[in-house]
Amino acid sequence: MTNRIKELFQKKEKNILSVFCTAGFPELNSIVPILVELQNNGVDMVEIGMPFSDPTADGPVIQYSNTIAINNGMMLKTLFEQLKSIRSQINIPLVLMGYFNPVYQYGIDNFLKDAQACGIDGIIIPDLPMYEYETMYQSTFEAHQLQNIFLVTPQTSEARIRKIDALTDAFIYVVSSNAITGGTSNIQENQERYFQYIKSLNLKNPTLIGFGIKDKSTFETACKYANGAIIGTAFINAIDKSSNLTKDISQFIRNIKTV
Amino acid sequence: MAQSTNFKSKYQVNEQGYYGQFGGAYIPEMLHPNIEELQQKYLEIIYDEAFQHEFHALLKDYVGRPTPLYFAKRLSEKFNTQIYLKREDLCHTGAHKVNNTIGQILLAKRLGKTRIIAETGAGQHGVATATVCALMNLPCVVYMGEVDIQRQAPNVKRMQMLGAEVRPATSGSKTLKDATNEAMRDWIANPTDTHYIIGSVVGPHPFPDMVARFQSVISEEMKQQLKEKTGNENPNYVVACVGGGSNAAGAFYHFLDNEAVQLVAVEAAGHGVHSGMSAATTQLGRIGVLHSSKTLFMQTEDGQVIEPHSISAGLDYPGIGPIHANLFDTQRATFLSATDTEALQAVQLLARTEGIIPALESAHAIAVLDRIGAKPTDVVVVNLSGRGDKDLDTYIRELQ
Repeated sequence: MTNRIKELFQKKEKNILSVFCTAGFPELNSIVPILVELQNNGVDMVEIGMPFSDPTADGPVIQYSNTIAINNGMMLKTLFEQLKSIRSQINIPLVLMGYFNPVYQYGIDNFLKDAQACGIDGIIIPDLPMYEYETMYQSTFEAHQLQNIFLVTPQTSEARIRKIDALTDAFIYVVSSNAITGGTSNIQENQERYFQYIKSLNLKNPTLIGFGIKDKSTFETACKYANGAIIGTAFINAIDKSSNLTKDISQFIRNIKTV
Repeated sequence: MAQSTNFKSKYQVNEQGYYGQFGGAYIPEMLHPNIEELQQKYLEIIYDEAFQHEFHALLKDYVGRPTPLYFAKRLSEKFNTQIYLKREDLCHTGAHKVNNTIGQILLAKRLGKTRIIAETGAGQHGVATATVCALMNLPCVVYMGEVDIQRQAPNVKRMQMLGAEVRPATSGSKTLKDATNEAMRDWIANPTDTHYIIGSVVGPHPFPDMVARFQSVISEEMKQQLKEKTGNENPNYVVACVGGGSNAAGAFYHFLDNEAVQLVAVEAAGHGVHSGMSAATTQLGRIGVLHSSKTLFMQTEDGQVIEPHSISAGLDYPGIGPIHANLFDTQRATFLSATDTEALQAVQLLARTEGIIPALESAHAIAVLDRIGAKPTDVVVVNLSGRGDKDLDTYIRELQ
């Protein structure tokens, strides 16, 4: 089976826009209509956030969206119900992103089986480290043909980046700075040096830059050094309390992408 | 602290950072270099001769160690057994927490760190951290839940007097769990200059093991003192309260491999184990990953963390450290629980029989003494982890 993530990067090498959205936010059933709008507006890939009560790598906005989603009653089994026939409407790559504990409670094998059944292409679990992945879970991921996507940060050594590059076959999530999600400043010179350094490593996997990408200017800067970028917090802010998702999503994406 | 760098004991951490199936380091990539550095260096640093010398000198002259092991005659008569109290309440700052903060600040200095962060619930660990930061002239930020800032106002003032900045954790339930999240976020944003002094035997490996080793001075002294007083360095029972479990880890440490010594851990049952207002983790929890470690904690079917309740802020935590999860799983330790009411009665009892007003946390350990099954000749050591000054407002309100 070909993987939609690989196909995407084969088809399109530059300016890939990936959007992160917490499932169950702003309403319990929002995720499917949001996916449709994102696809209609030319977004290349979506990361669907699986809510957790204690998201330690995220800032207040994404934590807030997680809290709302949990209060709305979003659970993993609900999410898989909602995504059951998503592939009849959506053909862009979909990635599930969330913390390890809810996945662990669902059962890794069950989780991967249900994700595969829904047509999910990749998984990002920021607090599942490489050691635990390799020793306990890699074979199960492979059995379900799901790509595990790793993060690298300005603190990650070259040896470790190389190891991550060898271990995955989708893309590498380049965290833009030593920070949690939702940073408000513009991209600094030292960050551009770091992006340049990652680019100079000539990794076999494509790269997407995330954390602090929030508008046209930060998106374009990131795209100079990577195959594209990931926007999360700014999107959550854009749809918070939205009374017209179609209009608000279209406007948000138009403001970022050069048409 | 006796050197023990071998990983042979089945109750100690193994080389991969696990206690049986519990432990590990489930950290986001941003923290990987910090944790890896600690994992590689902590044993070498803390067993270095100069480190040991400095650590023990401070424990002796600054903290006031060894703390007494006191034969509680009237309490013994009441429960018809031989009860000794390990007086951690007499440590500088009023609890055992300072044993760990002294150790970790010396470690932070050797790692070249220039800024300290910590989380705190009741404020005892925050005060102990602010204290050692003042001592070592390092800037200190303590994260504390907004709710706890309201209910533990005197400790907030103490930390500020000591020069620390107290930052409110405003997310989630605004208590200890959320303060821990905020401290983790700070560390992610400041990975190179900052050391995070975790206050209990929780968090990613090597924190649980490191904190247990710094607290193990408690049981090391117990052995020497018991030998002097009873002729036998091993008691029949060691009893300690468990929130995250740092005082219990220290009190159990040197007895772990001697199965003749019965270890009793006491959790906070709050309004009652099944009242929905409890912190009795081993009875209500399941295995999962919380605060970067695989352990037992209270959670929903879907793996969301459940808010605990205890009258004692120090035990008001939804999980226990992986060392204790393993002691429970292997049945090496017996886990009991005491309710808020039982703990308050135990405060009153200890005050009236021995003239000692304990912390609410420590009172949970006193509260189960009629239930452990000790015979008249048995030697029972209770780790009296802290004193009751910080709880006076609660005592005035609840005990009149």
